[in-house]
Formats: sequence, C-alpha cells, structure tokens
Amino acid sequence: MSLLHLVILAPFVLAILVPFLYKYVRQVHTGWFVMILPLTLFIYFLQFLPMISRGETIYEQQPWIPSLGINFDVYVDGLGLLFGLLITGIGTLVVLYSIYYLYNKKKESLHNFYVYLLMFMGAMLGVVFSDNLMTLYIFWELTSLASSLLIAYWFHKERSRYGAQKSMLITVSGGFAMLAGFSLLYVMTNTFSIREIIAQADVIVTSPLFIPAMLLVLAGAFTKSAQFPFHIWLPDAMEAPTPVSAYLHSATMVKAGIYLVARLTPVFGITQHWFWIVSGFGIFTLIWGSVSAIRQKDLKAILAFSTISQLGLIMALLGLGSAAFHYDVAVVGTLYYTATLAAVFHLINHATFKGSLFMIVGIVDHETGTRDIRKLGGLMAIMPITFTVALIGTLSMAGVPPFNGFLSKEMFFTAALNATTMDIFNMQTLGILFPVIAWIASIFTFAYCILMFSRTFLGKFKPEKLEKEVHEAPIGLLIPPIVLASLVVIFGLFPNLLAYSIIEPTMASILPNVLADGERFYVNIYHWHGFNTELFMTIGVVIFGSLIYLNLKKWAEVNWFLRERDPLNWVYDNSLVWTVNGSIKVTNMQMTGLLRDYFVFMTVFIIGLMGYTMIKYNIFAIDLANVAEVSPYVLILVIVLLATTVLLPFISHRITAIVATGVIGFLIALLFVVFRAPDLALTQLLVETVMVVLFLLAFYHLPELRKEKFTPRFKLTNLVVSIGVGLVITLTALSAHAFSHANPIQPISDYFVKNSYELAGGKNMVNVILVDFRGLDTMLEVLVLAIAALGIVVLIKLRMTGKEDV
Amino acid sequence: MEILMILVIGVIFTVATYLILTKSLLRVVIGLIMYGHGAHLLFITLAGLKQGAPPLLGEEAVAYADPLPQAVVLTAIVIGFGVTAFLLVIAYRTYKVHQTDDLDQLRGSADE
Repeated sequence: MSLLHLVILAPFVLAILVPFLYKYVRQVHTGWFVMILPLTLFIYFLQFLPMISRGETIYEQQPWIPSLGINFDVYVDGLGLLFGLLITGIGTLVVLYSIYYLYNKKKESLHNFYVYLLMFMGAMLGVVFSDNLMTLYIFWELTSLASSLLIAYWFHKERSRYGAQKSMLITVSGGFAMLAGFSLLYVMTNTFSIREIIAQADVIVTSPLFIPAMLLVLAGAFTKSAQFPFHIWLPDAMEAPTPVSAYLHSATMVKAGIYLVARLTPVFGITQHWFWIVSGFGIFTLIWGSVSAIRQKDLKAILAFSTISQLGLIMALLGLGSAAFHYDVAVVGTLYYTATLAAVFHLINHATFKGSLFMIVGIVDHETGTRDIRKLGGLMAIMPITFTVALIGTLSMAGVPPFNGFLSKEMFFTAALNATTMDIFNMQTLGILFPVIAWIASIFTFAYCILMFSRTFLGKFKPEKLEKEVHEAPIGLLIPPIVLASLVVIFGLFPNLLAYSIIEPTMASILPNVLADGERFYVNIYHWHGFNTELFMTIGVVIFGSLIYLNLKKWAEVNWFLRERDPLNWVYDNSLVWTVNGSIKVTNMQMTGLLRDYFVFMTVFIIGLMGYTMIKYNIFAIDLANVAEVSPYVLILVIVLLATTVLLPFISHRITAIVATGVIGFLIALLFVVFRAPDLALTQLLVETVMVVLFLLAFYHLPELRKEKFTPRFKLTNLVVSIGVGLVITLTALSAHAFSHANPIQPISDYFVKNSYELAGGKNMVNVILVDFRGLDTMLEVLVLAIAALGIVVLIKLRMTGKEDV
Repeated sequence: MEILMILVIGVIFTVATYLILTKSLLRVVIGLIMYGHGAHLLFITLAGLKQGAPPLLGEEAVAYADPLPQAVVLTAIVIGFGVTAFLLVIAYRTYKVHQTDDLDQLRGSADE
C-alpha cells in the first residue's frame, strides 16, 4: 500500500476520530482539526504538478479482491490530479468557511457534519484516482450516500428530508445503471482497469454491447451531474447547509459525472452516438438551466439552476471535443480540440466562481436571515467586501472581461462555431443549432447574473423586511470567498498559469492518441482575439441580456415565468405516488387473505406450467398394451368409489360426510386387497377406523355443515380449477405410465425379492423394507407421529391468554 | 386396469381440489384426506398392477407384486394420518377460539 492509498483513505480515518475530538476537545471548534487534512493533501497534490506537466503518470497497485479482478489501483494523471486539487483546495476553504458558518458549537451537531464531509471528501478522492471501475463505483455510491446525509443535516426539517431522499433516489438509480454499464465493459474487455479498457477501445466499439454499455454509463454520469432530465434533485439539495452546497453541489460532486464522461471519452468517444448524446443533452441542459434560473426568487435556487446550466455547458463541450478523434491535428490544427480545452478550463473556472458565489449567498443569508431576492436589496454600502467578491463572481459567471468566465465563454463560442464547420455526423445541417442555443443560453445566463446581483446589493435597503441587524460578515467567513475570487481574477488575467501545468496534461488524458508521439497540445489562452464572431456574440449577449433584465416586469406577467418549481418535479413526484399506489393496488389484489385465492393461484400456476410443458414438448402418450386386465371385483369397487367420491361435495350433513369419507377409506383398503398389498390394506383399515372416530369426536364440537353459498362466478372458477387439476394429473399419470415401459432402467424390486430372506431373514418383504432395508424412513415416520401427538396435546391443554412471556 | 385406475385417481383429485376451494374448514380437511388417497393409489398404480402373489416369500410364487411402493405408501398413510389428526384438532381449536369455521371470516388481522 503506497502513500497515495493512504492519502485517499486518510479522510475516512479522520472521520473516525472526529467524534472523539468533538466530545473531548469542546473548547476548540472541531472544524479546525478537520481543516488540517485537506490543506495537507492539497500541498501534497501540488507536488505532483511538475511531474504531471512533464507528461508522466503514477500508477500504484493494491490488490483487494484479485480473484474477481477488483483492485484498489490508483492512477494519477492530469485529469485525476485536476480533480484532486479541486477537491482538496476547495475542501480546505469550505471547511474554514463552515467553522464560521456553523459557529454555534452547542446548537449544531458538528461531529455529524464533519464525519459526513470527510466521508464525502475521501469518497470523491477515491472516485477520481481509482483505476478500477468497481472501486470507482464503490466510491461513487459513497459520495451519493454522504451527499444525502449532508443534505438532510438539519433532519428535523421536512424539506431537507425530501431533498435528501430525492437526490438519493436519482443518483443511486443512476449509479446502479452505471454499475450495469461497467459490468458490460467487463464482459467486453475482461478487465475492470480503466487503462486496460482504454487500450481495448477498438474491441469495444465493434461489440454489440457497445450501445447498452454507453447508455448505462451515461445514465450514471447524467444523474450525478444533474443533466436534463435528471437535474431536478439539485435545486432541492439546496436545503443543505451552505458550505455543503458550495462544496458538493457546485464544485465537486456534481462534477463526478463530468469526470466520468471525460475519463471514458477515449473508450466511447469515437462514435457519433456519444458525440450526439453527450453534446445534445449538455446543450439542452444548458438552456433549460439558464431559463429556469431566471424564474427563481431564492438566491440558492438561482445558483442551483445556474450550476445545472454550467454543467450542461461543460458536458456539451466534452461531447463536441470528442469530434477531435476524427481529425488529424496536423491538418486542421487546434480547431476541434478547442472544445475539450474550453471544457477543462471552464471546469476550473466554474469551481472557483460558483464556490465563491455560494459562500457569498451563505454570508447574505447568515447576516440578513433571508435568501429571498424580494426581501433583499441595497446591501452594497453595508457589506462592501461581500459586495466586491460577489461582483467578481457574478461578472465571471456572466462572462464579462477581464475575469476567467469571459475566457471560457469565448472558447465555448469558438467551439460551438467550430461545430458548424464539421463535416461528420450530419453536422453540416444540424451544427448551426449549437452556436444559436449557446448564444441564447448565454443571454439568459447574463440576465440572471445581473438580476441576482442587483436585487441583492443594489436598489433600496429594506431593513423592515429583515429580522436581523445587518452588518458585514466576520473575517473568517470572508476569507474563503476572497481566496476564490482572487483566483477568479488571477486566472482571468494570467490564464496561462494553468495552461501547461494542468490543462494540457488533463487534455492528454481525455484525448489520448489524438496527437502523434512527442507532440503536445497547444494551449494558449489570451483575451484579445481581434474582431471575430465570438466577440460580437459576447457583445450581443451583454445587450440582449440587459434588455431582458430591464424588461423583467413585462416578463413577470408571462405565465411560465411565475412558476418557480421545475415542471419536471411534477413528473417525479407523481411517478413516486403512482409507484406507491400501484404496488399497494397490486398487493391488495393478490394478497386477499383468503386461503381459497392462494390455492387458486398455486393450482392455476401448476396447471399452466404442466400444460405448457406437455404441449411444448408434445409428451403426452397413452399405453394400452402393457396394462393388466380389469377384474370384476375392481370394476365394482371402482364404481362404488366413484359414486361416493362424486357425491362428496354435495353432502351437507355432517354424519353423512363422515360416513362417506369412511366408505371411501374402506373402499381403498379393499382395493389394496385386490392389488395384493395385505399390509397396506390392514393399515388402511385401522387408520380409517381411527380417523372416523376422530372425525366423530371433532365434529361433535363443530357446527353443522352449511350449504356453500357461492356466486356463480366463484362456482365456475372452482369447477374449472378442479377439473384442470384432475385433468393435468390424469394426463401426467397416463404419460408417466406409458413412458415407464419405454424406460430401460429396471425396477430394483428384484433385489428385495431375492435378498429379503437371505440378508434380512424375513419373508414379508414389505416389512423387511420398512424396518431393515429402509429403516430410517420408519424411524422418522414414528417421529412424525410423536410430534403430531405432542402437538395435539399442546393444542388442547395449553390455554394462553396472550399475556405470557413467551 | 392401470388406465381405469388413473381415471379414477383423476376424479379423486378433481373432487379433492373442489373441496379445498370451499369455505368450510371441515370440507377442506376432507379434501386433504382425499388428496392423500389419490396420491397413495397413484403410487401403487404407477408401479404396475400386474398380477402376482402378495410380497410374502412363503407363497413360493413365480412373480410377486412390487414391495417397494407398498412400503412407501405404508409410510405415507401413517404420516398422512398424523397430519390429519393434527389438522382436525387445529380445526377444533380454531372453532373454539373464533366461533366460526368459515374460511372467509378467518382471514387474519388487518395489520398483518
């Protein structure tokens, strides 16, 4: 086990210690102990940067269940390291922020909070560094679990529990689909190792399982990364404490799906299905999220839909980037891998500005007591630092220079415009949709950014609507968003800081084999491209976005604008209700509590199964040759037996019923006589006599038989089922009788006939079999009788009233 | 003779099933007894009803009836008897506790 394994498991170890720290070190906020870990890990991961940027990777093995091919193998490359840095870096800031956010040590159950948070952090590190798909899946589900626990942190609130359940249901069902997809990948390649799977990409593409595997894996990625139509859990996850929203639902967990798509692009990306599904769902999520965001009244809800839309943007870029596999870089230059570059760059940018914006919203909530934009306003003068940080974050999100959001948005437009020049996958005709949708979505993005910002910080201050005395936040709450906002500015002004250190190796992980050996991706990000289409698109975004914002009053009268809830929630809620009601209905229909119904189910099933088998294999046969002659005794006995049996159901007098049952028993004893079974006849006679006595005893205490009152339908069902059973048994027995003569295996009775005297010293063969050859049966049969006798004694003697201690 | 016996057994099973599907507990018990009879007869019949001496060596006969199914059916009769006796006592106790032998009314409590 290498140091890297320990690093991934360290958060879990610390999670075990947290409750002790919380309990025994009460005077220090538990968060301070927790913060040391992500900070250390961040510094540790930074050390990998020079090596990774040289193009080297690290691979450490740790067998876990080698017989199943499941190993805890760790692989560090550009993509993994980028996520590792995001997780630990933002993790540090979020823990620092949470120390001040959850400042009340007595009221908040901090041990729970930090245990869940550390569990999440470790799981997330496991997801991004695992080379083994099964290990990845286990960590993936752990993130879902930790996320649900964190959403329901204030579990006494109903909305929290609803949000946690929703996110759990959606992400876990997606994860389950993903597990199925991974299994299919294993079927195709016979390995769980991602690196080996990538090496066998050509096998996978030609396999018939390719499409199902791809769809199942994408189901996992899309549910986790809140892509349409699975995005509905994210807005409801906003019931979590703000540090959680900032960490999980903007910077890290929701990017796990992005990570998976990027990681598996080399496996699936060559096909047009992948290209269309990933970019199509991405671009639709982008516009759906940005249009939904503008309808929200709650700051966190705006940010949630904004996250959805930005994730859609990154997803769309990853899809567009997969087109690079079809072009020779030497011929077309940087044209088609700009999309992947933009995706990676925007991934970093989004983590920085969205994290800071969530923290700002948390501060506003913390200091004013509300997140409703209808109550807020004019905080600019009261909270100047918060205001400044918010301004930077908002402008970056809106895509205004000189912040980093502008750069990634420009690159996004470039990539979308490049899509129109592609000559594959019908892009010549449909490609035009990409820039158009991207542009409209950006207009809405700009509009909701301005709306959110101005409603909070500009305008008139309304102290009468607020419950608290408003003042600037404590410095501890401000440091993390300030750090993130500084990064926004630094990455905006000096984007090339990131270029060769992390973006280029990340692209090399997403698009391997695109470049010839020794070549590197040409990453140069700069602000001024000259007067090109992208610039005019950005100017258009600013103009139209402002127009939408200025005309918001008119918009507000449009019906859909008033609806805050996503319409897809209706589908989700109702499908849950339908599922529950449907299963209740099915259960009630089938679990009637009536013995008769269950018996009908059983017999109908048996009749169906036997009938089907008989017809399917055509195994009915009748053998008239090998039958014994019918003796006149038997004929008489059979006629009497049939007559009594058929009459039995019509008897409605109890003595008659007992006598008829007895008669049948004695007739069978007589049949045994005819069939040359003296011991059987004897036993049957005795048993039948005792049985009649027993019946008489029991019936003495039981009520008179009534005439059965059935509806005609029931009568018919009973009749049909009974005749069915009789028919199936008759036909089976006839076939069995016919086939028994075709069977080459001889009965073993000759052995008993020959040996019962020689070996056992008895002349009555039946008795010799019972007590000598097969004595064990008899012993257990005696046991059955003993148990029955004891049971009867207990039933009659024991009178419990229900209060005894059993 | 085997064909005839199989037809009779079919009728016995039909009647037994019909009795089991009724409401009265006693008819259900009789139905179960009938199932037992049907099964025993089926056992003997399928082993073959060829004429031969009873399986007693003192008979000095050329052929004997197959002794193995007889031993098995003997065991089955005794077990069937034990179960039926137990069932009758349960029926009796059920009636004493619930004051009914109608299976439609004996359908368990609602919270199950």
